[in-house]
Amino acid sequence: MNKEIAVADLTHVMAKFTSYIGKRLPTDVTEKLGELREKEVNFLAKEVYESMRQNQDAADKLDRPSCQDTGVIQYFLTAGSNFPLLGELEEILLGATQGATKDGPLRHNAVETFVEKNTGTNTGSKIPWLDWEIVPGDDSVIIDVYMAGGGCTLPGAAKVLMPGQGYEGVAEFVFDVITSRGVNACPPLLVGVGVSTSAETAARLSKKAILRPVTSRHSNDNAALMEELLTDGLNELGLGPQGLTGNNSVMGVNIESSARHPSTIGVAVSTGCWAHRRGKIKINADMSYEIISHKGFTL
Amino acid sequence: MKKILTTPIKDEDLESLNIGDVVYLTGTLVTCRDVAHRRLIELGRELPVNLEGGAIFHAGPIVRQKENGEYEMVSIGPTTSMRMEKFEKEFIKRTGVKLIVGKGGMGPETQEGCVENKAVHAIFPGGCAVLAATQVEKIEAAEWTDLGMPETLWVNRVKEFGPLIISIDTKGKNLIEENKAVFNEKKKPILERINQQIRFIK
Repeated sequence: MNKEIAVADLTHVMAKFTSYIGKRLPTDVTEKLGELREKEVNFLAKEVYESMRQNQDAADKLDRPSCQDTGVIQYFLTAGSNFPLLGELEEILLGATQGATKDGPLRHNAVETFVEKNTGTNTGSKIPWLDWEIVPGDDSVIIDVYMAGGGCTLPGAAKVLMPGQGYEGVAEFVFDVITSRGVNACPPLLVGVGVSTSAETAARLSKKAILRPVTSRHSNDNAALMEELLTDGLNELGLGPQGLTGNNSVMGVNIESSARHPSTIGVAVSTGCWAHRRGKIKINADMSYEIISHKGFTL
Repeated sequence: MKKILTTPIKDEDLESLNIGDVVYLTGTLVTCRDVAHRRLIELGRELPVNLEGGAIFHAGPIVRQKENGEYEMVSIGPTTSMRMEKFEKEFIKRTGVKLIVGKGGMGPETQEGCVENKAVHAIFPGGCAVLAATQVEKIEAAEWTDLGMPETLWVNRVKEFGPLIISIDTKGKNLIEENKAVFNEKKKPILERINQQIRFIK
């Protein structure tokens, strides 16, 4: 295939996909929300779950972004070193963001810092934000598109603990963030926790954690246990949808981790709101693609 | 039966409302968020819309301009109200606004403003922006468009807009703050139990 045509085609696919994920939630999130709605008994909470259901139906039918805050667009790439358009992906995703902004339409959400002017295109310095992981020898790319509103971005926090504070300090940090700021971030939340060595490594991992499916578990038994304990513990607080109290607080807690310096425990929390708009797409070397996050997706 | 407020809202319409009540709004609802608040309070600029007896919405919508020049409301949900806490008490006093709609709770300053000027804060379910857009009949005006799409003051004619959950009433009760106190109280014993099971550093 001619490279120029391939770039144009992939830009089109990614624009459509970016726009699409703002309108329909991924399958795992929809299923989890359905499960939480069923369990709910509180009057106001049920009222809110009903509004959420009506909203997703209307967004689907009218083909509109389900939440007005379509975020600053972020792409997390897991790219094979032999993917034919590796060097063009940045340009492709810039074009995809511009295309989705018109197609969605997406809200204009890129304010150029220091100039303090909305660019009106959802693009700006280093925006869309790209996060890269390279897979040696592979020839495909997996792209996670993420669209987080301001509300669920605000609770984001990172801190470096002393080892004496232990994993107990990690749990306390997570609870403090959720009870103080998670309440306003449109619960039930998907909580991402990074446990690592420094502030920025933990922060990046906490964001990667909420890209994982809602019901997935860490491969380490201790970490998986902590995911479950934090999920159950936060649910026991009973934030309910919108912090109006209810039977649950979170869709889940996902932990991502790395090795750490012996003198530090870096911890960070990222939260995804109930309208957790993310999508995962795999693009093969021949430019055929497969949607992993949304069952039954068609362009 | 649905309890419906209609603009202009009078003090007596609000006095019987309590936190946790669900109401709907018919009339005019103006979007108003960070920079509009800052312009009125800190920069001393006159608001281009009269809000006496009116309702504001902490929201930054997606709006599409049609070929005939008219605006269409595509998606409009609430934004985090707490960001306006710094300005809201003074804002209520200066504008005479009666209903503030947003997301999450607001703080003690807004509570004071609601008591002194007989106003309420209400929560529209966050993220339900298409549901809200379908309750906007018409965009009647757009002011301060220099602020860009999210921050423009969009003047909307709405019909039975809601559900609106009263979170601060005219008596100064604050639903989310009360809830937060309960969450904080529950936190300690839960953490103590969890912490016994995660002493991985040995």
